[in-house]
This record gives sequence, structure tokens and C-alpha cells, in this order.
Amino acid sequence: MSSQSAHAEGHAHPTAGTYVKIAVVLFALTALEVLAYEMAHGPTMPLHTVMEATLIPVLIVLSAAKFALVAMFYMHLKGDGKMLTSLFVFPIIIATVIIVMLMVLMSYWEVVH
Amino acid sequence: MASSVLDHSHAPPAAKTGLWSWLTTVDHKRIGILYGASAFFFFLLGGLEALVIRLQLSRPENTLVSPDFYNQLFTMHGTSMIFLAVMPMSAMFFNYFIPLQIGARDVAFPRLNAFSYWVFLLGGLFINASFLFNAAPNAGWFGYANLTSPQYSPGPNTDFWFLGLQILGVASIAAAVNFFVTIVNMRAPGMTLLRMPMFVWMSFITQILLLLAFPVITVALVYLMFDRHFGTNFFIPGGGGDPVLWQHLFWIFGHPEVYILILPAFGVVSEVLPVFARKPLFGYTAMVFSGAFIAFLGFGVWSHHMFSTGMGPYSDAFFSLTTMLIAIPTGVKIFNWIGTIWGGSIQMRTPMYFALGFIAMFIIGGLSGVMHASPPADLQQTDTYFIVAHFHYVLFGGSIFALTAGAYYWWPKMFGRMLNESLGKVHFWLMFIGFNLTFAPMHILGLNGMPRRTYTYPEGLGFEMWNMVETVGSFVIALSMLVFLYNMIKSRNSAPAPADPWHGATLEWAIPSPPPEFNFAEIPTVASSMPVWDARRAAGGQLPEPAFHDGSGIHMPNPSIKPLIVAVGMFIMMISIMFTHADWPWWAMSLAGLAVMLYGIFSWAFEPAG
Amino acid sequence: MSTVAHAAHPETTTGIDSRKVAIWAFIGSECLFFATLISTYLVYKGKSITGPLPADIFEIPLVTFGTAVLLFSSFFVVLALNGAQQGNRKKLIGWLTLTVICGLFFVGMQVYEFQHFYHKGLGLSTNLFGSSFYLLTGFHGTHVTLGLIWLSTVLVEAIRGRVPPQKAMNLEIAALYWHFVDVVWIVIFPVVYLMR
Repeated sequence: MSSQSAHAEGHAHPTAGTYVKIAVVLFALTALEVLAYEMAHGPTMPLHTVMEATLIPVLIVLSAAKFALVAMFYMHLKGDGKMLTSLFVFPIIIATVIIVMLMVLMSYWEVVH
Repeated sequence: MASSVLDHSHAPPAAKTGLWSWLTTVDHKRIGILYGASAFFFFLLGGLEALVIRLQLSRPENTLVSPDFYNQLFTMHGTSMIFLAVMPMSAMFFNYFIPLQIGARDVAFPRLNAFSYWVFLLGGLFINASFLFNAAPNAGWFGYANLTSPQYSPGPNTDFWFLGLQILGVASIAAAVNFFVTIVNMRAPGMTLLRMPMFVWMSFITQILLLLAFPVITVALVYLMFDRHFGTNFFIPGGGGDPVLWQHLFWIFGHPEVYILILPAFGVVSEVLPVFARKPLFGYTAMVFSGAFIAFLGFGVWSHHMFSTGMGPYSDAFFSLTTMLIAIPTGVKIFNWIGTIWGGSIQMRTPMYFALGFIAMFIIGGLSGVMHASPPADLQQTDTYFIVAHFHYVLFGGSIFALTAGAYYWWPKMFGRMLNESLGKVHFWLMFIGFNLTFAPMHILGLNGMPRRTYTYPEGLGFEMWNMVETVGSFVIALSMLVFLYNMIKSRNSAPAPADPWHGATLEWAIPSPPPEFNFAEIPTVASSMPVWDARRAAGGQLPEPAFHDGSGIHMPNPSIKPLIVAVGMFIMMISIMFTHADWPWWAMSLAGLAVMLYGIFSWAFEPAG
Repeated sequence: MSTVAHAAHPETTTGIDSRKVAIWAFIGSECLFFATLISTYLVYKGKSITGPLPADIFEIPLVTFGTAVLLFSSFFVVLALNGAQQGNRKKLIGWLTLTVICGLFFVGMQVYEFQHFYHKGLGLSTNLFGSSFYLLTGFHGTHVTLGLIWLSTVLVEAIRGRVPPQKAMNLEIAALYWHFVDVVWIVIFPVVYLMR
């Protein structure tokens, strides 16, 4: 269990260039989020009806992508090995389960039983 | 018993004494003892509260105490037993034995460890200080909304409650980070995760539960604070809030909390049974995975505390299923414990009595628990003494019995003296008989309709006899505690204990009793989950007493007063909320506390750890 | 593939510095903290008895700008960390200063936003929207502030020349906390502001 990871980090260290690209992508994803929002709320916008119906899944996908990029690259989980990733992912799973279950139980979608 | 090769009365390395040495200690063993002593004190307080409750209930229409004081008694009894007794008693064992069992010299963050203790102590004293103002928490240990709203709880009682819990929560989370990192990162060479002692495994899972469950109640308590002091309506129907949301948030914490209370006990029993059956733990891997599964699934059962809130049949069915499911890994553990002792060479010593008692009592508690898992059945059982019976069987018959087994088992290691065996057996039988006298009849009373948290009951409902029996039982328990106390005090004069009085399997038995400050003269290398049994076998059945080492060349962390400073600063900052209605600016107190806290944090950060 | 100087490997079972494991464990715990705040915001959505409601007062352009600033601050702190690991004091100080400035801007934006909402009639206790919104974003803002204090402390130490490559871990841990604060906002921004 000890240092078979002869170098726990540092082997595949991203360059500054990679970080710049990630920053640009993050900015672009944010812009897309806002664009999706505007399209969903602006009756005169193109694809308005489609976006109105799919805004929430679209936003979830876009924000999940941003989340993953920051976690994997800026927080260096991609290069850091599985233990730290599990340490982050497991609570996120529990958190998501709790959020969804609470929404169901507190009639967020007005589910009739 | 190993023959002692060396004189046991070697001087301990540079013994530090005096109050200042305790205030600045960062030694996990000392911190463990501080937790244990404090926990026992609060346990006795909680027991006293129980005795008064039992006296009040011994006769119908009794007026021994006022109804309001009665509410304070049962609220504080529950709160104290859970947060100030069982959890810190577990913390005593986490502190003392996790580093020893993994072959480490201390925890990952010794000052953070001390900080956790001081915060816990301040929280426990604070919440009990409420009695001095006849304003102890009185809305139940789970503080249901909107009884806790300003309208229905205008006094400071509930403020003592939520603030006390908030303070205690900080201690728990800080300690959980510490033990989590310690177990992950400070294991001796060769100790893979699947070679750790079962107590360490169960403690590890407990730390994860603490980290994930406490934030939820932290937020819930913040919402309650805002409802009570800043005009919000999170749980107040008049302003659109939903009191049921409180129940959800509380029990999302509350259910993992009960696993936090029982898993360390499971771990202790898994240590004691193999040693006193002279047989390895049956099904090590299954024990690990069942513990992990219980913890994970424990986040999906919470609304079984809410079957009477009208969630609807689909929600009820879901939680009923998950609750019944969680009985399966628990059952695996019970069968594995039985498998451990089956065919073993049973040594009936006090720790074994309590461990066996645990198995029997926990099974009973588990059976009533599975009965509650059925919503239609629970609609009759909920809020009756049937529930009180259940949780006392699992928390007292379970946790307390197991922790007592741990106390007798590990006492010689911690204090260098054996507890008396005969007194131990008297303690056991009195506690066992007293416990069952007190709590078994509650099953009957509950099913016959006696409600929980009831101040009194009328004549003629058939409750009289069993209540009297229970009251007598509770005093038998109290008597057993006196025997225990006497045993503890008397042990100071008993012969010094050897390093390994019980033929233990794990690393703590390889070092002197009590251990030197640095624990191990040399960090051991392990090749299995039972390293001392391995060594014993390799040495032909006898191990010499560990050699004396004066600690030279081993560097231990420096003591520090900073953890106490930060704890005090944070405490002042938090309790300033008690004064939001005062005619002086309460926020000045918060700022003062914050200033002390920041000063403490910065000087801690820049102080060499040593 | 850049070669980055790393501190001598810690003698830990996993080979990872214990402080790093600790901050990740704490971050895991904080996920549940914010999950509770977010859940409450969601379950109380649409259940306020009185206004104002999100549509009445949200100003998307301002918040979007703040979001972008916070995202860039995560980028800047990564560059600062690179500088620390390479022993490049100028790079470390320069990028870390930018990070702090971005963070201050974000907090400033939030303060302005809160004041603006208050003047439009959304107080803490006005309705469920106000209570759950202010507590969710307020706690996030508090975390940002604490992160700023932490990063500023490291910055001061860097300026005093006390953050050589062997001590880069101090910044790495602070940066992890900072990234987490950013990640929480990545969730809050769409959930609160865009999914109304």
C-alpha cells in the first residue's frame, strides 16, 4: 500500500497551455448556459420552444461539464489517483441522492400518490 | 500470562504533570482519557436524569417534578446520552487505540485533536449550564418544529439546545477529519486496509458517517437559529414554512447518527470476541463490507422515523424496504460473531460477559427495530414506549454494553492496572438484570398504549405495575454503576498490569501498559490482521515483556495552548447568539470571540508543529 | 509535459501529504453542507406566500460577470501554484494577487446584489425565497471570504519570500479549498439563477 506510487503526482502534470484551454472552455460553457437561458425565456429567440422544454437538462449537462473540468484539471484529480477522486465522488453521490429524494418527498414535482 | 522479564516500575519518560500539561496536551492517549473521564461524568448526569424520570413515572398521577421540568429531564437525558456520553466514550477509544492499533505514534493532526476535545467539553458544559437557569432544553432531543419556534418556545431552552449541538458538531467534524486522515495515511508498513483491526475499520466508517451526516444538521440548526432570532420562517407554517422539512433534515442526520453510535461498539465487540474465544474473527471481509453497506444504506432509510407524517404509500413503502434491507448486513455481523465464538476456547472474563451480553441485547433491539420497519405496524408503535424499548435495547444493550466491554478490555493498557474480575462480574449481572427489568416491560407498555415523553399517566390503564418494575430496574442499573466506580477506584491499588494480559492479537498489546508517550520504540511491520498472535506463534507461544526505551531519538509533537484558545474564541462567538435580545450589542461579543479565534488560528498556523 | 519540482515525498501510507487528504475529506463534508442548503432552496421554490420572486429581481448579466470572474480566479490560482512549485516567485505573487482581486470582486458583486435586492423589497425574512436565497448564497459568500483570507495569508508569506517549492503544498491546499468554492458556485449559478 505504501509507495508503489513512486511519485504520487507530477508524472502527467498539465502545462500552462492546458490550463488556458480549460479556462476558455469554462468561459464558453458559461456563455452557453446563459444563452440557453435567454433562448428559453425569450419568445422571439431562435429555438425558443425547444429550449423552454429542455432548459433544465441542458443546464445540468453544461454545469456538470464545468464541475468535472475544474475537479479533474484545476483540482488535479485526474493526475492524483483514485483515492482522492473517490473521496470527492462518494459524498457527491450521497448529496445528489439526498437532494433528489428531498425534492420527491417535499412534492417539488407535485407528485400525487 | 507472559512472565515479566523486566522490572515494570521503570520510570515513564519525563512525566509531565500539572494542570498546564493537561491544558496543552496534544498526546492522543491523554486526550482519550480526557474524553473518557468527561464522557463518564456526563453519562452519570444523564443517568441521574433517568432516575428522576423513573421516579416520576413510578406511580400514576405523580407530581414529583413539574411537567416543564420533566420535559427538560427527558430532553437532556436523550441529548446527554447520545452526544455527551456514547459519542465521547467512542471518541475515548478512537483517540487512545486507533494510533496504537495501526502502529502510529499519534494522530495525523495532534493539535486539531486537542481542539476537538476542548470544543466538546465547552459544548457539554454549556448545554448543562442551562439547568442553572431552570432553562434546560425541553423540546425533545430531536427538537421538532414548530414546537421550537419562538411562538411555542419563547424561552432560552431551545437556544441552549441548538447552540450546544452546533458547538458539539464542530468537535465531531474536526475529529472525523483527523481520524479519517490518520487511518488512511499513518498505518504501519504492511498494514493494508484489509489487515486493519476491525475496531479501526468500524471507526473508519464512523468517521465517514460523521463527515457526511453532521453538515446536514448543522444547516438545519442554522435554519432554526434564523427562525428563532432573525425572523425567518423555514419551519414556521404561518410564513409558508414546513415543519416536516425539519424532520427530514434532522433525520437525514439522525439516522446515520445512530450508526455512528453503534458501529464503534460493533468494532469493540469484534476485538473482544476473538481474544476471549482464542479464535480469529469469523468472516473478516464480510464484516468490513457489511459495515460499509450499513453506512451507505443508512442514508436511505431516514423517513422510517416519519411514517406518521403522511408521506403517502409510495414513500412509506420505499423507506420500509430500505429499512428492512439494512437488517441484512446487520444480521451478517451477528452470525459472524456467533461464528467467531463457535468452537472457540471461551475465556469467561468480564470483557467477554459484556460482549456476549451485547450480542443478546442487540438482537432483541434489532428485532423490535425490524418490527417498526413496517409502516402499518409502526403507526401503532410510534411515539409509544415500544420505541423507547427498541432504542434502549440497541443503545444501552448495544452501545453501552459493548463500550463497557471495551473499558474492561482496554483498562489495563490505559492505566497499567487490572480491574477486579469479581467486581466486574457483579457489575455485569447487576447491569444486565437491571437493564432488562427497566426496558423489557416497555415493550408491553408501549403496545398497551403508553405514550412516549409522557409526564404521567392516569390510574386504571394497567400501566402501574410495569412502571414500578422499571423504576426498580433503573436503580439496579444505578447500583451497578456504583460497583463499576468502586472497581475503577480500587484498581489503583491492584498489581501493575503486563503488556498483554489477555493474549491479544493487535498491536496495542505489544507495548507496555500504559504505553510510553511515543507508543512504539520502533514502528512495527505487520503481515496480517493479527500481528501479536503472529509474533506469539513465531516465538513459540510466549512473548517477553516489551523492553524499556527512554524515547531518545524519537521526536514527538510539542504541546500547545493554541487549540484551547481557538476553542474558547469560537465558543464565545457562538454563544453570543444567546444575547440577541439583550439591551447591549450582542454582535460585539461575536466579534470579540471571532478575534480571539482568528488570533488563535494564526498563531497555531505559524507555530512549529514539532 | 512540463517538469515541475515537487517537495520530497511525505512518509505517508498513500504517498499523499496528510494535509491534502484532510482538505479533501473536509471538502467531501462541505458537499453535504451545500447540498442541504440547495435542497431547501429547491423544495421551497414556488412556495413563497408573498413576493418579490426571482423573476422580479434577478439581474443575470451582473451575476454572469461575477461567475466568469470567479471561474477565472480558479485559473489564476492554478498558475500561481505552478509558479510556487517552479520556485518562480514573480509568477506566484503575480497570479495569486490576481486571484485575490478576482475573489474580492466576486464578494463585492454579491454585497452589491444583496443590497440591491434588499432595496427592491427582498429581505431575509420577507418570504421563503428571500430566506433560502440569502442563506444559500450568503454561506457561499462566507466561504469565499474565508478562502480569500486564507489565500491572502499565503500571498503575504509569498511576498516575504517564505513560500519556496518545498512549501508549495500550503498554497495547493488553499487552492483546493478555493476551487471547491468555485465548484459550488458552478452549481448554484444555474440552479438558482437560470432554472427559475
